[in-house]
Amino acid sequence: MRGNDINRPSAGPTAHNIQLTDEGKLRHFLTVEGLKKATLTEILDTAENFAGVDERDLRKVPLLRGKTVANLFFENSTRTRTTFELAAKRLSADVLNINIATSATAKGESLLDTLHNLQAMHCDMFVVRHAQSGAAHFIARHVEPHVSIVNAGDGQHAHPTQAMLDMFTIRREKCNNGVGFHDLRFAIVGDLLHSRVFRSQIHALNTLGAGEVRVIGPKTLLPIDVEQLGVRVHTNLDQGLKDVDVVIMMRLQRERMQGGFLPSAGEYFTEYGLTPERLKLAHPEAIVMHPGPTNRGVEIEASVADGAQSVILQQVTYGIAVRMAVMSMALGGAGSGGAGSGGTGASA
Amino acid sequence: MTLPRISIAGGRILDPANGTDEIADLHIADGQILAMGDAPDGFTADQTIDADATLVCPGLIDLCARLGEPGFEQRGTIASETRAAAHAGVTSVCCPPDTLPVIDEPSVVELILNRAQSAGCARVLPLGALTLGLRGEHLTEASALMHEGCVALSHADAPIRDVRVLRRAMEYAGTFDIPMLIQPQDAWLATGGCAHEGAVATRLGLPGIPVAAETVAIAMLIELAAHTGARLHLSRLTSARGVETVRRARAEGLAITADVGINHLYLTDIDVNGFNSLCHTLPPLRTQRDREALIEGIKDGTIDAICSDHNPCESDAKLAPFEATHAGISSLDTLLPLLLRLQDEGIDLNRCVELASAAPARILSIDSGTLAPGANADIVVIDPEKEWEVSGASMKSAGTNTPYAGWMMRGAASTSVIAGRLI
Repeated sequence: MRGNDINRPSAGPTAHNIQLTDEGKLRHFLTVEGLKKATLTEILDTAENFAGVDERDLRKVPLLRGKTVANLFFENSTRTRTTFELAAKRLSADVLNINIATSATAKGESLLDTLHNLQAMHCDMFVVRHAQSGAAHFIARHVEPHVSIVNAGDGQHAHPTQAMLDMFTIRREKCNNGVGFHDLRFAIVGDLLHSRVFRSQIHALNTLGAGEVRVIGPKTLLPIDVEQLGVRVHTNLDQGLKDVDVVIMMRLQRERMQGGFLPSAGEYFTEYGLTPERLKLAHPEAIVMHPGPTNRGVEIEASVADGAQSVILQQVTYGIAVRMAVMSMALGGAGSGGAGSGGTGASA
Repeated sequence: MTLPRISIAGGRILDPANGTDEIADLHIADGQILAMGDAPDGFTADQTIDADATLVCPGLIDLCARLGEPGFEQRGTIASETRAAAHAGVTSVCCPPDTLPVIDEPSVVELILNRAQSAGCARVLPLGALTLGLRGEHLTEASALMHEGCVALSHADAPIRDVRVLRRAMEYAGTFDIPMLIQPQDAWLATGGCAHEGAVATRLGLPGIPVAAETVAIAMLIELAAHTGARLHLSRLTSARGVETVRRARAEGLAITADVGINHLYLTDIDVNGFNSLCHTLPPLRTQRDREALIEGIKDGTIDAICSDHNPCESDAKLAPFEATHAGISSLDTLLPLLLRLQDEGIDLNRCVELASAAPARILSIDSGTLAPGANADIVVIDPEKEWEVSGASMKSAGTNTPYAGWMMRGAASTSVIAGRLI
């Protein structure tokens, strides 16, 4: 006779382990959450090597020769797609750009149908952007074992390559002379409720051991229970900026005004816009980051965005190296142990 | 009459409506309970069921079960779902009005009852729509719907945004003393949400439905019930604060009732982790604290009844990113063992049975949910020790969308009697 308990099966593939091979190597890159510090550091170190490629005359390495990378963008994006495309090409992969926002799904094709059709083209990697949270996980659960998924942004859930390029930028710009993440204070400012970048940054910063992470915004744009992610919440920008080493500004979508989250862009700028005066409240050597594109005069004053403390353009440059790192690691890992986590559809 | 005379021999008879809990025989004739104990003079059974070591209970009455038909036959049909119900010991299912067409006129009621009749399994008790097309604008012919066979009025999960319409609907239903089953959820606060607004949804980036969506609606409904005198039943509470609001209103003497969906007593928002679409439900699964408060609410009587909130779907409907998936759990197959399982939470067996039989019968004022002589012979014989594992293959519902696959269950219906017939 069995015991009295209902026996729950062991938790199926979780958000965390689905992205690793049996050997613990990166197979998909869906979220920063749940990855070990060593994995994040490996991404940053690998990116460091590729950053050199960028500076050479011959900007290609043959690591992914013969591999095909498909950019599946269910949501429009020029910047992110372009950096992924460049990254793949510098790794010598063949690149397919498929803009699904305007094609298949408009004809009523389901995401799974689209996926199966593309899989038939024998791609090795899908770089996926989708408007719904969890889309990259869903695709990762349903692709064949030899295909790797890189999440290029799913709904409001995650944008892990953006977060890693931010970490790369922070490490390059701030972590010198023995200074590490644990010595730094971070402030993330703006529309956090709708931001997948923010959600990925939090996990990355906490995993890398950030000294203190503050989030700053009006209550309408702060997610419920956000402090449970391991951050301090401020609603006053001046207080939140005090002595921070890194200021990360979030983009404010114009449609937030229609949604009743804010009264006007003007009042938002008055309360939360980053001006040179306000930046003085931060540490004198603080850097200013922004995932782009910036809304000058809405969340950041032009003189700050273009100022000496801004590393916004470096972020764009480093984005290529970081994406090269993730792609090469995922495709390197996929061949060895990928099959082990292939049959993961149980919880879907 | 072709109905058989049946004796159910030697079972433990649990009839919470009458406080009965004893080992005895039960005799059935002409579709009704004839007697308990010794057979009446001249009674000979055509069939005798050996009920040794079983529980003989009133058949379960489910206050909320989607059947798919009419309109969504890819999810299930009246035949498939009433068969699943009967197999699981559920002898009556209330079907919410959000079918296609909506249950807003007598012909739809007639269609549903005809289909149920020809399926010959569980009874279907249609819930009529409060407004035409569930659009929240014009009242339906409530009296006609009830005459055709509806047992109550409801608005399924559709909002009545104009509170004046809701007030009139409550007054009109109150005119005929018709019970109203309302799932309290403020449409504006719930807009776009697909999961409990809390730490899990924040982490997963899923649009949330705040607890306030429920409590604001409850507060408003309670005030309108006090104002109109309508027979208000709150369907599928989910939150600690919701339970507390109902508790206070009842303490003030307001005659409202409430139920909870069985899945909210076992699952929480944590189960949504990893974007598990099988745990995508509406109303959403809330926190462990809420789950415990719902159980407390059952214990102290704030919550009167438990429903399955059965909502089957085809497997494709769960194969999409979380938000885009069909909300709901196929729950009829697992209702009975999960109900019995509540004994582990300190709810006694009689109460477990009452929660899904006598209590819903009382809420609906129907002649069921009891084993008293003269009552409809709707009976379930339960093997309380039977252990079985949930799997798609074990399920009788057309929808295999269960998050319990792999769970070991204890307790199963060995026989159901519906309207005096063995199913």
